[in-house]
Amino acid sequence: MTLAKRRGALFLCALLPLLLLVTAVSLNVGATGVHLMALWQGDAHGSLYAERVVLTQIRGPRVIMAGLTGAALAVAGAVMQGLFRNPLADPGLIGVSSGAALATACMIVLGGAGLDMAVGSMHVFITGTAWSVPVAGTMGSFAAAWLLYQFSTRGGVTSVSVILLAGVALSAFAGALTGILIFCANDTALRDLTFWTMGSFAGATWLRIGMLCPFLLVAGWITAGLTMPLNALLLGESDARLMGYPVERIKRLAMLLVACSVGPTVSFAGAIGFIGVVVPHLVRLVTGPDHRFVLPGSALLGAALLIAADTLARVIAMPADVPVGIVTAVLGTPVFVWLLTRAHEREVLA
Amino acid sequence: MSLSLHNVGWCAGGKTIVHDASYAFEAGKVTAIIGPNGAGKSTLLRLASGLLPVGGGVVHLNNVPISDLSPMYLAGGRAMLTQDSPLRARFTLRDLVAMGGQVSAPLLGASARLELAEQLLKRVGLGAFIERDIMGLSGGERQRAHLARVMMQLEAAVHGTDKSPGFLLLDEPISAQDLSRQYLVLDLARAHARRGGGVVLIIHDLNWAVACADQIVVLHDGRIYAQGPPEQVLTNALASHVFGLEEGQVHKHVATGKPYILPHNMICQ
Repeated sequence: MTLAKRRGALFLCALLPLLLLVTAVSLNVGATGVHLMALWQGDAHGSLYAERVVLTQIRGPRVIMAGLTGAALAVAGAVMQGLFRNPLADPGLIGVSSGAALATACMIVLGGAGLDMAVGSMHVFITGTAWSVPVAGTMGSFAAAWLLYQFSTRGGVTSVSVILLAGVALSAFAGALTGILIFCANDTALRDLTFWTMGSFAGATWLRIGMLCPFLLVAGWITAGLTMPLNALLLGESDARLMGYPVERIKRLAMLLVACSVGPTVSFAGAIGFIGVVVPHLVRLVTGPDHRFVLPGSALLGAALLIAADTLARVIAMPADVPVGIVTAVLGTPVFVWLLTRAHEREVLA
Repeated sequence: MSLSLHNVGWCAGGKTIVHDASYAFEAGKVTAIIGPNGAGKSTLLRLASGLLPVGGGVVHLNNVPISDLSPMYLAGGRAMLTQDSPLRARFTLRDLVAMGGQVSAPLLGASARLELAEQLLKRVGLGAFIERDIMGLSGGERQRAHLARVMMQLEAAVHGTDKSPGFLLLDEPISAQDLSRQYLVLDLARAHARRGGGVVLIIHDLNWAVACADQIVVLHDGRIYAQGPPEQVLTNALASHVFGLEEGQVHKHVATGKPYILPHNMICQ
């Protein structure tokens, strides 16, 4: 095994216990003090019953939802950066998140009269209308990905630069339409929308995780087949094609992966920034550019960081629940700027 | 192995870059494509590799249209070194070169792949840099690292068999090399041909073209202007008409009888 591969494998091995540790801490910490032993000892009538309910029905799904979302966003970011050979590429940049945001805003403002979308309350998402928001968000992201593909494909050839530019335009357009909806919204819808744009896992349930899983399974299956093609694409489209990789198919699969990863997670948890940009960078700093390590590393680190951010969101203003999007942005911005300046320094000094 | 162009053409921006070109590149021989800037040499090579879809006509690899071939077969049958790579990722040379055989030889084991990559890096003179990352190398070294990757694509496909390797298509492979490395790269091309593989290279130095090529194809204004052995093709008339040189610049080497170019009028000034 080469030096770079050994370092990558060691890093992956180190991330796994980190994820388990963060998960355990996150399950333990919160407004209600609980102990993990309650999972095994809390019977129906025992003293630990309430703690067991908190763990299995509230905190458990929340932690798992945060982990899955972090993994999905980070992998989607890593795939976008590999596809565009651009370190700033992010699912948000190409309009997939904006499509989900627009569809979600439509449901909240126009379709969800009396819709209980109050992030933070636990009695939501059982009624039919509550499902309509994530379903609409998912469809919005898929519609955005499909539109982008149509805009950027001519004669069977998809231009990644057109995807990027059309994605920026689509984001701006979807943002404007969302703005109109916000302008028309009543106070309740406005509050719901505002909370949605800041992201939260307070509404996580096992049912929602069940809904998320098929999309993430498809995304995981695509990811497994994209590691070597994305490595080849770092050499440029021409060289990847000459080496025998079906470049157009890779682009289609990458867009499908982003839609499957980002659409449902954004729809369920709201807009959560920086994970998609920062995590792949952090992983690359250790593993190098090889996507065989970058993609699984991003999944593990993205999951660990978002669980940690959600834990912070729960505890920094207890008993209030700070939107997790704020935490990731507040922590992510300085890290991102540090990464940029470090990369610039390295280029100047090289 | 055979690679042949049949009436292929290519237009871009309303301008015809390659007109109705037909040529059969031979295995076991080095064919040099020469011509002035903008003559269509790189486009012709891209058409031959299948990178560009032919505007008319067809390209055959082993008598089968390349559009009908599987990606794996095509990757093992021809490999192309492009003029420059946009690679900015910090791959080690070993990983970069090993990547070359991923599609053309998917069943080759990881250790055999890495071993072959190391051998090829030694052959291109980069044996001391196997663990170095490509961004830390000079332009000439990077060009040779990519040459090793391209050779890997063909070598991996025939590794462990007695088959000849496929066609090596090289677009200006010595453009960033010093004199001794120019010799090294062209010697590697000749060695590839000696093993039964085909080599097609674009080269601007006509003296090197004569020295290493069995066949020369001259491209002028997108058309094949002349073709044949160097002694027949490189004449004073060709140098004057295609490259705009004054008459009398092409000489015959007394020992080998091969033509060479010496711009003595410039030297005298």
